[in-house]
This record gives sequence, structure tokens and C-alpha cells, in this order.
Amino acid sequence: MRTYAGHSTARESNELYRRNLAKGQTGLSIAFDLPTQTGYDPDHELSRGEVGKVGVSIAHKGDMHALLDGIPLDEMNTSMTINATAAWLLALYLTVAEENGLERSSLQGTTQNDIIKEFLSRGTYAFPPEPSMRLIADTIAFTVEEVPQWNPINICSYHLQEAGATPVQEIAYSISTAIAVLDRVRERVSRESFPRVFGRISFFVNAGIRFIEEHAKLRAMAELWEELGRERYGVDDDRYLRFRYGVQVNSLGLTEAQPENNIIRIVLEALAVTLGRSARARALQLPAWNEALGLPRPWDQQWSLRIQQILAYETDLLEYPDIFEGSKVMDALAAELASGAREEMAAVAERGGAVDAVPYMKTKMVESHRERVRRIESGELKVVGQNVFTEAEPSPLQEGEDGGIMRVNEAVERSAVEAVARWRSARDGQAVTDALTDLERAAADPDANLMPPTLAAAKARATTGEWAEALRAIFGDYRGPTGVGDAAAAPSDDSLGALRERVERVSDGLGRRVKILVGKPGLDGHSNGAEQIAVRARDAGMDVVYEGIRLTPARIARTAVDEGVHVVGLSILSGSHAELIPAVLNELEQAGADVPVVVGGIIPAADQDALLQAGVSRVYTPQDFEVSRIMGDIVDLVAEHHGVAVASA
Amino acid sequence: MRLRERDRSAAPAALNAIEDRSPRGREVAEALLAELSPAALGREAPAHLVGITGPPGAGKSTLLSAIVALWRERRRTVAVLAVDPSSKRSGGSLLADRAVIEHDPRDDGILIRSTAAGARLGGLAAPTREAADLLAVAFDVVVVETVGVGQSETDVEEVCDTVAVVVQPASGDVLQFLKAGIMEVPDVLVVTKADLGDAARHAERDLRAALGALGSAHVPVVAVSSVPPPTGIEELADALDEHRERTDLVERRPRSRRLSALREFVAEHGEGGLRGLGGRREAEAFLGGRDPDESVSALREALEGLEAKA
Repeated sequence: MRTYAGHSTARESNELYRRNLAKGQTGLSIAFDLPTQTGYDPDHELSRGEVGKVGVSIAHKGDMHALLDGIPLDEMNTSMTINATAAWLLALYLTVAEENGLERSSLQGTTQNDIIKEFLSRGTYAFPPEPSMRLIADTIAFTVEEVPQWNPINICSYHLQEAGATPVQEIAYSISTAIAVLDRVRERVSRESFPRVFGRISFFVNAGIRFIEEHAKLRAMAELWEELGRERYGVDDDRYLRFRYGVQVNSLGLTEAQPENNIIRIVLEALAVTLGRSARARALQLPAWNEALGLPRPWDQQWSLRIQQILAYETDLLEYPDIFEGSKVMDALAAELASGAREEMAAVAERGGAVDAVPYMKTKMVESHRERVRRIESGELKVVGQNVFTEAEPSPLQEGEDGGIMRVNEAVERSAVEAVARWRSARDGQAVTDALTDLERAAADPDANLMPPTLAAAKARATTGEWAEALRAIFGDYRGPTGVGDAAAAPSDDSLGALRERVERVSDGLGRRVKILVGKPGLDGHSNGAEQIAVRARDAGMDVVYEGIRLTPARIARTAVDEGVHVVGLSILSGSHAELIPAVLNELEQAGADVPVVVGGIIPAADQDALLQAGVSRVYTPQDFEVSRIMGDIVDLVAEHHGVAVASA
Repeated sequence: MRLRERDRSAAPAALNAIEDRSPRGREVAEALLAELSPAALGREAPAHLVGITGPPGAGKSTLLSAIVALWRERRRTVAVLAVDPSSKRSGGSLLADRAVIEHDPRDDGILIRSTAAGARLGGLAAPTREAADLLAVAFDVVVVETVGVGQSETDVEEVCDTVAVVVQPASGDVLQFLKAGIMEVPDVLVVTKADLGDAARHAERDLRAALGALGSAHVPVVAVSSVPPPTGIEELADALDEHRERTDLVERRPRSRRLSALREFVAEHGEGGLRGLGGRREAEAFLGGRDPDESVSALREALEGLEAKA
């Protein structure tokens, strides 16, 4: 039982962990900020506005010492949500444990370390696919011998569902990811160690509101996993064949409207992964009720922890063997999902496996997500409080001075920038240079394991950004596929037809087709919203320029001008809108671009006015779930801004 | 006129004007093009017009990213026109290609503009040709990037001085099209993903053999890899330069303009219109007798005048 936590500085997060442990939490789940996740120091251009926002900033081993200060690591089960830079953060963790006098073999925990889902959904990748896969294989090969109780990878189906995957896609793409990883590790470990490697692979699964089907999904995954172990990898020891997974229940279905209802959704979703013993989660992590509004406060997280405690200690849930054993309905549902997943896994295999099939899987998920959004818009899929039963009393939960969410102190970033500069000037620079040179040399040698030189760099006081920069120099930079270019055109319906006519009329008035730039400034990689807007704008007849994630304000402004767009749409979910949006506005002005800017994302009500005053024309939040209406609004804005009179037909 | 003085900051607005299809917009665009025409400049526009085309997924954008960086290192200014196939049903398009081209947003020596291919059948949409002509005045290199195989290289050839077709190993379509004569022999062939080793070497060998059989053994085949460290990029840039040096621009560009004018005339007035001119050969002969500096629109108008008289 734990809650995903961490923010601001290492010291403040340390205090939070100690409080949570005192409340009965039994492990740590560390959330890192986006610069740490993507391999940039706090003073890098791309880190602006993101330092300490969605998690804690860890730039070097000194930060890691502060984060874990006074916590008995040999008694902890520590989960680190870290992927592209997992090898580095694991090295920092191991270094701190060692400097505190602990044996590596006493450490237990998990590094998420699943890069495929970063390309597909979450966006915090740092290197191209193949070198990223090598880093994963290296950490697995290292830990299976050196840190035997560590789960070096947690393959995430969670984020696939968040990005719109259907249950069949969720199963197929995550197991295909496991195959891609295992095939590569097999080349880097001995034959005898391999069954143990198979046994150390764990999954991080999502549980949505259709909780019967979700339970069946987990049974199907367990079946496919065992089948994979026996048939593809020749593992026959039952201990190693067990499907091990942890869960974070669904955030996608949590609503901004009537947010108190989310607590009920979370309870039901938790049942999906706890009801049947033979497919029960090993670890459960629940989101906070107010995730769609902003960052949760400690009180919000406490509420989620209490749900788990009530389920475990007050109900009789844990007293029975598997209650679905012999259920025809459950068995049939699981069999149906497993067979659908086998077909989809074959489609991935045909494209050369999960790494080569990233563009294919991404396109499929963009299409599924679009279907989901369409069903909510049309009312086929009912979401209480959002598209049905929308009349409600004001929620007293949001009445506090903070508006019901957590705010990160703006001074955190400035002090982190100063602190990392101090750190660099106070260390032995030559030792760092030597360690990084060794790291580069190992990176250039495909047979070397990168963990030893990474540990050496951690000890020598290198920083997160320096480690990643050294590897980028060898592996190259990377921009993931957006999945939008190949997404099939939407089937025409009345609302789209009307929208297209409007776009045509405005385009005629402008002399050329309405052109929109959809941009994601900053390090936030959650691109679902931006992708859906981009695809819908195209389906509505606009020319859409979409460059994917991680754009600097300067690049957005430059693209807007060079492409001659009529409107700029920005999407931000990481909470850094207050810094990044004005920065984009400023760059646009300097570049001489006279275009209206609209913003979409998790923008707390209190911040919306400030953005509008700064010059933003419209702000859309998760409450604006009707994408077609947003589109119509944007077309009107373009017409108005560029002086096109559009008579209604 | 700022573009004539090679002020790139004037380019985006000029491109907006080119794309404007309203009657007033067309007037502005025509005036702009006339000002920048070879007749007005007194010479051909200085840029090297490079067409890069090939099947989807061949690695064109990644290759562009690497070669654009090299051109910038060589202190040449570069404009890229990325032509995306557009969605037929709605008329809208998703222009995502530029995402792959890494560049410094503060570097004024590069401009990337995406355009939708539009509904036009055969040939590049007129705005793409006009945009290329316009950028050729202000930049050292203008790249026109298109997707396709079989027809796209002919389309690009009409606009560009040098056409490079990009092929990835183990996809046989370009090879088959070459052998079958469906595809014209390009000026340079590029095999991507050279890091794949044998597969890339086989592809390179097969292409050379096919070129030899077609009597085009002089056409360079360059193997490139965009995986760091990139390889073959300098060779490719050199091969493109060499082709340009061998090309008689004073002959090629006017010929291209005549082809464009004729194609645009046919797109507008149909084969019937062409018959009204006495057939294709007559029309070509008529164009051949015009001043070589005349712009495409002037030539097209001349054809239209001829039709009216006929």
C-alpha cells in the first residue's frame, strides 16, 4: 500500500515520505519531475517551468541522499516511476544505499524502466528506441546478479489504457513489449539465469470502470504470460511463470465535473484487481479524486490510502479463495480477450516486434481514443456528471483557499537552478569528466554493460543532465512518432459535416485553408489531448501542423511564423502553464506573429483568468469534452481575428 | 523587395500570399512572382532546387534532418517544402513531417514549410511550384520533399534541378519500377538505413545493376545512415552538387517552365483545350519559340491567348 508521491525539492519530499510512513504506508513510490525523467538538469532550457512540478527534482547523488534521509532502505520496498533515465536513478539509489553502509542484496524495489509505452503514450523518452532497449537489457542483466530482489522493469499496460487502448490492445501491446525486452536480455545473460529473469518481469496494469471486463483482462494476461514463458522461452518452473503485477487504477475516466464522484469510481476500479484471488494485484496504488483538476495535496492522497485500508482490513475480501473459479461468464470473457490479444500480438510480430511496431501501435491507439471521445460526445458512452446528470450542487470540497489542489512554490525552480550550479562548482571536475568519458566509451561498445560506468559516474558526482548528455552524444536525440499522420479519416456524421462547411466558408474568406499549429510546450509528454485535437482539426478540413511533444517556446513561435498558421493551440498537463504559456506568447510577439492562441489542459480555474489576461484567447479544460464544439469555437475565433465575415448558412 | 535582397524574414508572408486562392490574393501573388521572375531578375534564381522523393517510410525526413544540418555547416541557407498527401474526404491535412527535421529555431538560415498536396491529379500543386520559385530567390538550397514512387519523381523533376529518389533496403518497388520503365531514372539514388549492413549493400548492388542495364551507370547510388554517427551524408551532398554543376540551368529551367505551363493549362482546360491548340506537339513548339525567361504564368496565359484565337 502506497501512494505515488514526490514534489519540489528532495528535502520536502523526504518529509512527505516520513509522514506517509507514519500513517501506515508500507513502501515508497517516488514521483520524479519531468527534467529528471527526461535527462535534463534544472537549468536546461527545456526544464523551464517544470522543475519540481509533477515530482521531485533529483539532479545528483546529493539530492538522492536528501530524499532518502533517515529512511531505512533495507526495510523499504521502493517503487521508482522512472524510465528513460532508470539506469541512472537506480545507480543513484544504489550509491546512496552503499554510502549508508547497506548491501545491494538487501534492497527491494522496482524501476519502471519500460520505454515502449513512453513512445506510445507518456512521452518521457530520452534516446532512440534501440539504445533505450539496450539500457533496459543492461539494467536487467545487472540487477539479476547484483540486486537480486529488485524488479528491474515494470511493463506498463497502464499508460496504454490512459492513451485510449482497448482491453485487447492493452494486453497485446504490453505482452509484445515484454517479448521485445526478453528477446534482448536473453542475449546478455547466461542460459541458467534466464528463467530467473523471466520471473523478475512484472507488470503495471490499469483498471478501468468496467470492472468485470477489467478483471477478465487480468485473468487473460496471466494465461498469456504463462503460455509465453512455457512456449517461447522454455521456462517450466511455476514460481517464475506467475503473472506478477501492480495496479494504478484509471485516471482517464476521472472527471473534472463533479470531481467528488471520482472517489466512487476509484473504489470500483480497485475491486477489479482485488476481487478474484488468482488474478489479484501484488501492489495497489490509487489516484486522488482531484487529479483532473491539478496536483493532489497530501490530504487527497491520504483519502486514497484509506480506501485501500478499508478494503483490506474491514471487508472480507481477503478471506476467500478465488470467487470466480468455475464462473462460465468470467472464463468466456477472459478467453475472448486472450484470443483477441493473440491476434493483435501477431500483427505486432509481423511488423518486426514491439520496437519496430511503435508507429503501428501508436496509430491504432490514436484511433481507439478517438472512438472513445466520439462515443462520449454522442452520449453513447455515459459519464455521470459530464455528459449525463450534469445538474449539481457546488462541491464543498473545492471551496478552500487553494481551490482543492496543491500548488508548488514558484521559488523551487530558482533555488534548484542555483543549487545545481553550486554542486558543479564544488566537485572534482576532472573525476566527472573521466567518468563521463568512460560512459561514452561503453555506450559506443555494444557488448559493454552500461550499469558499471553509470554507477561510477553517480559516485563521481555527475549530474542527471550530464549522464544523459553523454549518452545522447553517442545514441543521438530522438523524436517519437506522433501517430496522427496515419490515423484513418473519421467517418462522416452530421456534426462533422456542419463543421466542415464552416471551415470551408472561413477558408474561402481567408483565401487559403484554415491552418492551425497544435503544439506541446515543455517536457510534458501526455499527448492524447493534442493528438485528438490535431486529428479532429484535420477531419474538419483544416491544415494541421503538429510537431509532437517537447517543444521550446522559440520553436513553437518559429513554426507558427514559417508555416503561416492562423491560430496556435497549446496543450499542457504538467501544471507548468503559468510559466510556459506566457513564454510562448512572448516569443510569438517577438517573431511578429499576429495569431490568436488557445490553450487546453489541466488548468485550475484560478489560473484561467491569468492566462486570458496574458493574451490567451480561449482556455479549454477536461470539462470541455466535446471536441467538435472546441473546433467550431476555434474556427469562429480564426474568422473573427482575421476579419473574415462569415454569414451563417 | 526584401526577398530579392535575400531577406528570409519576408519569405513566410510571401508564401502565404502564394497560397491565397482568392482573386485579389492571386493578383498579389502574380505581381510577386513577376517581380521575382528570371525576366525581372535578369538571370535564373540562384538556389539549387533539389527534389527528394520516395515511398512512405523510406527515411526521407530523417535523411533531410541530417543533410540540412550538413548544409548549414557548409554555410548554405536552406528552405524545405514538405509536401504531405492530404486527406481526400475532408480536404484537411496533417502536416507532421517537419517534426523530424531537427533545427535551431533561432537559426535564420533555415525555413521549413509544409504544404498539402491538394486534390490535384498529376504534378505538384501550382502553389508548390510557385513557392519553390519564390524561395529559390532567397535561399541557397531549396528542397521539395514529396511522397510516392512512379509519378512523384516526374512531378518533382518539373520543378527541380536535381532529383534524388530515396529507397530503403528490401523494399523492391523502386527497383521494379526502374526495371519496368514505369519510373524515369532519377539524377541520384539514395539507399537509406545503411546501418542494416548486408540488406543495404544488396539494395545498392541491385540498383547499380539495374542502372547499368538501363544505360545509366553514371547515376550515383549513395548509401546513407541517419543512425548516429550518420554516414554517407557528405557523399550525398557532394553527389547533388556535382549533378548541379553538370546541369545546364539555362537549358533545364526554361524547359521545366514550359512543361509546367503546359500541364497547368491542361489541368485547367482539359485535353479538349489542348486539341484546340492543335495538339500537344504544336503547343510545345509554340512554347519553345517564346522567350526562355518568361514565367510559367506568362507562358500559360500565352497558351490561353492562343486558344482564344483558335
